[in-house]
Amino acid sequence: MKEVMRGKAWKFPDNVDTDQIIPAVYLVTGDPGELSKHVFEKFRPEFARKIEVGDIIVGGKNFGYGSSREHAVRALMGAGVSCVIAKSFARIFYRNSINLCFPPIECDMDVKEGDLLEVELAKGVIRNLANGRNYPFTPFSPFALSMMKKGGLMRYVEEVLSCTK
Amino acid sequence: MGRTIAEKILSDRSGMMAVPGDIVEAAVDYLMVNDVTGLPAFEEFEKLKVKPLIDKLVLIPDHYVPNKDIPSAKQALAMREFARKYGVKNYFEVGRGGICHQVMIEKGFVAPGRLIVGADSHTCTYGALGSFATGIGSTEAAAIMAMGKLWFRVPESQKFILEGEPKRYVCGKDIILNIIGDIGVDGSLYKSMEFYSAFKLPLPDRITISNMSVEAGAKASIFPPDEKVFDYLEDRVKYKPVFADPDADYSDTFHYALSDMVPTVAKPPLPSNTVPASECNIEIDQAYLGSCTNGRIEDLRMAAEILKGNKVHEDVRLIIVPASQRIYARAMREGLFEIFLESGAFISGPTCGACLGGHMGVLAPGEKCVSTTNRNFVGRMGDAKSEVYLASPATVAASAVKGRIVDPKEVKP
Ligand code: SF4
Repeated sequence: MKEVMRGKAWKFPDNVDTDQIIPAVYLVTGDPGELSKHVFEKFRPEFARKIEVGDIIVGGKNFGYGSSREHAVRALMGAGVSCVIAKSFARIFYRNSINLCFPPIECDMDVKEGDLLEVELAKGVIRNLANGRNYPFTPFSPFALSMMKKGGLMRYVEEVLSCTK
Repeated sequence: MGRTIAEKILSDRSGMMAVPGDIVEAAVDYLMVNDVTGLPAFEEFEKLKVKPLIDKLVLIPDHYVPNKDIPSAKQALAMREFARKYGVKNYFEVGRGGICHQVMIEKGFVAPGRLIVGADSHTCTYGALGSFATGIGSTEAAAIMAMGKLWFRVPESQKFILEGEPKRYVCGKDIILNIIGDIGVDGSLYKSMEFYSAFKLPLPDRITISNMSVEAGAKASIFPPDEKVFDYLEDRVKYKPVFADPDADYSDTFHYALSDMVPTVAKPPLPSNTVPASECNIEIDQAYLGSCTNGRIEDLRMAAEILKGNKVHEDVRLIIVPASQRIYARAMREGLFEIFLESGAFISGPTCGACLGGHMGVLAPGEKCVSTTNRNFVGRMGDAKSEVYLASPATVAASAVKGRIVDPKEVKP
């Protein structure tokens, strides 16, 4: 997980569901690279082609609504998205993001499509370099932060297993 | 301070006093994984080089079975091979299972007081029998296979009080659509819904309500268990029912008059976009009766009652998908298939099928489908320009006959 993330904003509305992020017909692999080819395919067909590594998604309320498919997080990671900022997240998407070290950042901010954003995790702030304003985001719980710093849920499991061996 | 059902179950399984907002690590009773979420879970798990806790694990292929193409066949094979390699006894092969959530209930994995997770968002269905049950991701499933436990944020609980008795043709589907229409698709975000009703709702209606609670964002959706649950489970399984304390703390309390509710439809693209079925009046191309939401025997009987002596409209195809092999056999023995076939419906074996736009009923651009499933998102059942309208089995059957979405009374007053 990067401490500072920088990229241009892709704006999305409220209730972006996981069927939109990755349609069910592609749920035949867990590979982020494969999945990323079809990310937002029905919803914003240009996304997979035009996304640049580091870009940031800015959603509205309830981002990641719907199915438990971790494929949604994997597809975004595979596409090179550095993080999602949203007013709120659906809970399974939120959990999957924490467990895979893909920071789900809760913030209600002003942003236009294409604005250059910089997210500083340790300081808890998002800078919109286009309008010069700073936005504090809801701090992560100590648990979520330590899980992401560790490298995600599987690293945690490895640690626990090696202690009990 | 008293505690809710969610708080009690999470306290019991974590050995800690579970207070809303806390993170606890809790031991799960069962972990369910399906063919779609299974593959990434198995891949993650294999990296750990340990043996899975197979007694807790239930594997159910249902999303893309019978295999619809070569990639889905490979995925189903990965599950079968995992089951064989580790001797997972709770693996339900095609022809011996059905849709995961229905199978979990039928086979006795679901019982009051249990903590159950599943790599599928509709795992919250099991709260209908008094479990704390919630959906998780594939990596989490891998973690549980290795450790038997997982982290949970203890949710606040909301109390839903259902008053009065529902009118004819108003069932669990209409009740939950009314609730979601009222509180919105994030009205229960991160929370546990707890339902109370003096009218003892039939179990299948509770199952439908708990199933769709995730469409309001809920983490869990629990009915305190009663005789209906105890009778259903008989002596098949051992369990310890958990009830809320009278002074338990709820973040919100809602009251709904069941007697005021009418058959309801959720128009696309969200389950909260509700209108009375009688005002919908949308012409349809397809009607779909099935899924973990409404593919039970009671749902099929209700549809048969309406279809009996009627024909499916000439411009409509009605697709009927019993939720499990057991339901399929029962419907056949009860003579429901005859009624369906006579009316011009297509009957499929149990599968998730077109519920998630997988196969067997996928929609073309511009097509409209009235469906007993749980999601009407953009492109959920097919092309991005197709539309899904959510409704009860009675409404779907009546609409199939009329060729447009109608209140069931229009066909059988
Ligand atoms: S029937 Fe539909 S909602 Fe239920 S588990 Fe299958 S795909 Fe999911």
